[in-house]
Amino acid sequence: MSHSVALERITMSFGATKAVDDVSFTVEPGEFFSILGPSGCGKTTILRMVAGFLAPSAGRVLIGDRDMAGLGPNQRPTAMIFQSLALFPLMPVWENIAFGLEARGVPRAKRRRRADELLELIALPGYGDRKIAELSGGQKQRVAIARALAVEPEVLLLDEPLSALDLKLRQHMRAELRAIQKRTGVTFLYITHDQSEALAMSDRVAVMSAGVLQQVAAPRTLYEDPETPFVARFVGETNAIPGTVAHVADGIAALDTAHGRLSARAGRGVAAGRAATLYVRPEALGIAAADAPSALGARVERLDFEGAFGLLHAVTADGAAVLAALPSTTLGAAPAAGEAVRFAFAPRDAIALGAAQGEA
Amino acid sequence: MGALTARFGAGLAGFFVLLVGFWLAGLVLAPNLMMIDFALRPNLLPADVGGPADVYSLDNLAYLAGEPVHRDIFFKTVWASALVMLATFVVCYPLAYWLAQTASPSAASLVVLALIVPFWINEVLRTLAWYILFAFRGPLNALLLGLGILDEPMRWYGDGGVLVGMVYAYILFMLFPIYNSIESLEKAQVEAARDLGASTWRIHTRIVIPHAKAGIATGCVFTFMLAAGSYVAPALLGAPGSRWFTQIIYNWFFEGGDWNRGAAYALVLLVLCLAVVLITLRVFRVSLTDVAK
Repeated sequence: MSHSVALERITMSFGATKAVDDVSFTVEPGEFFSILGPSGCGKTTILRMVAGFLAPSAGRVLIGDRDMAGLGPNQRPTAMIFQSLALFPLMPVWENIAFGLEARGVPRAKRRRRADELLELIALPGYGDRKIAELSGGQKQRVAIARALAVEPEVLLLDEPLSALDLKLRQHMRAELRAIQKRTGVTFLYITHDQSEALAMSDRVAVMSAGVLQQVAAPRTLYEDPETPFVARFVGETNAIPGTVAHVADGIAALDTAHGRLSARAGRGVAAGRAATLYVRPEALGIAAADAPSALGARVERLDFEGAFGLLHAVTADGAAVLAALPSTTLGAAPAAGEAVRFAFAPRDAIALGAAQGEA
Repeated sequence: MGALTARFGAGLAGFFVLLVGFWLAGLVLAPNLMMIDFALRPNLLPADVGGPADVYSLDNLAYLAGEPVHRDIFFKTVWASALVMLATFVVCYPLAYWLAQTASPSAASLVVLALIVPFWINEVLRTLAWYILFAFRGPLNALLLGLGILDEPMRWYGDGGVLVGMVYAYILFMLFPIYNSIESLEKAQVEAARDLGASTWRIHTRIVIPHAKAGIATGCVFTFMLAAGSYVAPALLGAPGSRWFTQIIYNWFFEGGDWNRGAAYALVLLVLCLAVVLITLRVFRVSLTDVAK
């Protein structure tokens, strides 16, 4: 089967530092694929290697099964949307959109027609003769998308294009990007440090940390079945409880922790006798019945009311913070600040992961 | 004036205004008015100045128009200065682009230093260095003969020598305005153009040069004016066949003893330079305030 983009054991070194370390993944045709990670994790470096601005120190980049080695950005079937958008301020909107066609020698009248078609697609009809400076942030965004789509790329590369927009517009543009992607069927490779952006828009997400690929999965899988401690912590909120694995049976691991024996699904790297950490989401925690056999004891610090739910901040005896999201309907019975509280959770809703090297 | 007073107080502000006024009236306006006055009067013996023969006329300008050798030298100065401008641009543009967009900071500062160091030396001495290099039995001919590129020494003095000397002398006046304007170009724009499939030529003609046109116009105006008004390079590196208009002016003043005719010639050169400045700005669609920046 033909992949839209395939990275084969890509490494990128800048001097002694490895910005990208032995990363492999594939992106399927028509997929909305995101690379998620904190700044400096190597995600932009990967995007620039796919675009052709950087050549990997080792490994291969394939687009549509063709090796891209030695091909510059102007020879690859990709188009990039830059973080700053990089629209050409001295050209009117339509010349911006048609610039790629101009570079391909398409006659002027045809370019203009194509630009007008794309302006329809991005819902800005009649804007062709405007100046770039006259557009709003969201309009510029859409012109940048049209300019990239004009060259009919196989893969559209997006480098945090929404980061300059305010929250409201950002959420609107998410939906718009997704809709444009569905309508055109172009493969999107999207870079972001904003996990909610990645989770909301993507078919699949690759999570990166310090140049290393952590996990590639659908958004829900990332959230529910993280494979590494980094993913468990980075994607969504979580409570981490360190311990030692006592035994594993039927996919459920029992951990000996400071709070006694706690059970969770056995994730990667979990084996009897080894150190592991139990991760449980705030919404999986509930207030335990008084006679619950195993529970997480803590003292309530404060309750933040957020509408649909309340966020209960608590601290355990050894000083670790615990966060629980309680439905608003149950808040009447919630303990007040300063009171002791015991949290319980179903083992199915928690996951234990073996401590990775270099992780606490 | 109000803002100046608020900032520096009445005394200092008044002093500044006085200084600027003196500069404008005494050092810019008065000499030029004097030159025009000189240019329009005949050259008379001291006893006749102010007498019946001392009337305004266009005779001195008409003399230039009717003197084929001087006229030719004038037009030659115009196009040779344009050539100097063009050659300096061709040398400076790639260098400015490299400095502003691709060079590492350490490499850029090293190159800028190397470009500036020669300018710590007086222009006459710098040109004299070229005079020595270009000498018939000088180092350049020796090198080219030694490498077997030439079979017999070349005479470098003349149009070629003047061109090289001037390009060298005015390189910074072209380089820095262009460098400044290219530096303000966002790198992502060049990358975006390349990513959209543009060739290097198209990136420069469609993105970089339009962005940098104010700097290019400034550099071109500077270089043309300096070249047209140059005296040292043509005097040292020129040959009898490559005389510059400034040399003719010099001769009227200091050898012909005819200040009036010299002033008329200088006036023509001044008007020419003004015309070139205005035409260049019009061609590049740049306003004078852009250049002043």
